[in-house]
Amino acid sequence: MKTLRIGSGAGYSGDRIEPAVELAEKGDLDYLVFECLAERTIALAQQARLSDPEAGFDPLLSERMRRVLPFLGRGREVGQRRLRLISNMGAANPLAAAREVRRIAVELGLHGLKVAAVTGDDVLAVLKASPEQMLDNGATIASLGDRLISANAYLGAEGIVEALEADADVVITGRVADPSLFLAPQLFEFGWAADDWTRLGRGTLIGHLLECAGQITGGYFADPGVKEVPDLARLGFPLAEVDPEGRAVISKVDGSGGRIDTATCTEQMIYEVHDPAAYLTPDVTADFSGVSFHPVATNEVRAEGADGRSRPGTLKVSVGYLDGWIGEGQISYGGPGALARAQLARDVVLERLQLTGVVFDDVRAELIGVDALHGGALGSRAAAEPWEVRLRVAARCAEKAEAVRIGNEVETLYTNGPYGGGGATKGVRQVVAVASLLMPRDAIKAQVHLEDAS
Amino acid sequence: MSTMKLRELAHSRTGDKGDTSNISVIAFKSEDYPRLVHALTAERVAEHFAELLGDDASRVLRYELPKVGALNFVLPGILKGGVTRSLALDAHGKALGAALLDIDV
Repeated sequence: MKTLRIGSGAGYSGDRIEPAVELAEKGDLDYLVFECLAERTIALAQQARLSDPEAGFDPLLSERMRRVLPFLGRGREVGQRRLRLISNMGAANPLAAAREVRRIAVELGLHGLKVAAVTGDDVLAVLKASPEQMLDNGATIASLGDRLISANAYLGAEGIVEALEADADVVITGRVADPSLFLAPQLFEFGWAADDWTRLGRGTLIGHLLECAGQITGGYFADPGVKEVPDLARLGFPLAEVDPEGRAVISKVDGSGGRIDTATCTEQMIYEVHDPAAYLTPDVTADFSGVSFHPVATNEVRAEGADGRSRPGTLKVSVGYLDGWIGEGQISYGGPGALARAQLARDVVLERLQLTGVVFDDVRAELIGVDALHGGALGSRAAAEPWEVRLRVAARCAEKAEAVRIGNEVETLYTNGPYGGGGATKGVRQVVAVASLLMPRDAIKAQVHLEDAS
Repeated sequence: MSTMKLRELAHSRTGDKGDTSNISVIAFKSEDYPRLVHALTAERVAEHFAELLGDDASRVLRYELPKVGALNFVLPGILKGGVTRSLALDAHGKALGAALLDIDV
């Protein structure tokens, strides 16, 4: 029986490259997929594109391609698995990203490599044409004015399938739903119908399990004394071997670090899921409520029981917009009495912000090591006072000049605050906020562009 | 049955979408799952995170996944604006699950 081996080469834009190279080299893969777009990544990339028309794709695209392209198509001549790449590293500029992939392929002497870009996710012009539309946070498109940066629909697997039908070795997309990047090769290779909801649900589970790369192989799992992960430093990335029914075994390359068992698989299955019986994607409403995991060997787990129902009638559109500035300052206090001195420093900064009339929409002053992560009530469960405490003050301001004053009032604690503070830092950053709305799917159409091979 | 910390019975991971967190709680041993179902109601979890949830405490939901011995808690509003606007150090709320493991069951 034909099976498909799909590997996961990245769980986010900045992810490690070495485990992806290991998979490309030793994974005996048909496909290697890089998922690199977080909620806000496209809006930031769009800003980059505004200042340079050839920019706006993933900053690590070039390095990743240089490292893995040499493995592409290698198995085809000897009747083995071919290896193709799929990635959303195109971000705000899939066409420029595809040109860059072609350029690197030629540079590496890989002539004849076919590179395709999938576009159609960028719906900024469509939204601007109907500014009365409302976002999930209650704001209208019109109210954002020139602060509106980007609007990208979550495409499904369709465009990628079309690119694979055109025999592309590398498929570069902008915004595509994360699991759809992995569902596409299954649809293409197994010829599943677009309304075969059960198989689409199974394929989507596989995509969801793989999309965060190391998070299913023991990444974000280790808790010494409770949950051990062997050889975490050499954490391997996952691959799935899928059969035509959508049944899959999750594993990793022999000799890589990490662990795959029912515990790591279950954590990843529920990650970023709300109702497990209704996981919405552009391709299917997947149902993970009946999924179970079964160990078949060391670091090999079979996933079964996923199902699906008809896909949603609308597509989610993620809208990025400028939303003021965040100013921040930090300083550490240490030694006996550090907590009381940090608390005094916090009170002093908040009073000075008021006395000097700094204008902000919201402010937060927290003590790292005490109450920053979980608040004061849970933070007070600590058995003893910490030896060192770091004050952090952050505020969101409409104007940059006001945001600058936040960090300054922390830094000046050096000579104007309590005893024993050190290591002050300050900074200001522009806020790129993200909200969403739903659009009818017939308003959005994926398009495939092939870069000429040479 | 004596009281234990959740960390002795279960593990957890937190995800975020917009300003909503979801926190999974997964029994190490499937025989402990009924105990989690009984002890870890949405109300208990809301109470544990009362300071962070504020007015959103009543919106906490719980889903049951008996086949994998897991509960999934969904906490709308806990991220106060979400990762893109939040002023919090941990704007994703990634570390919330670790705090839940200190609850008594």
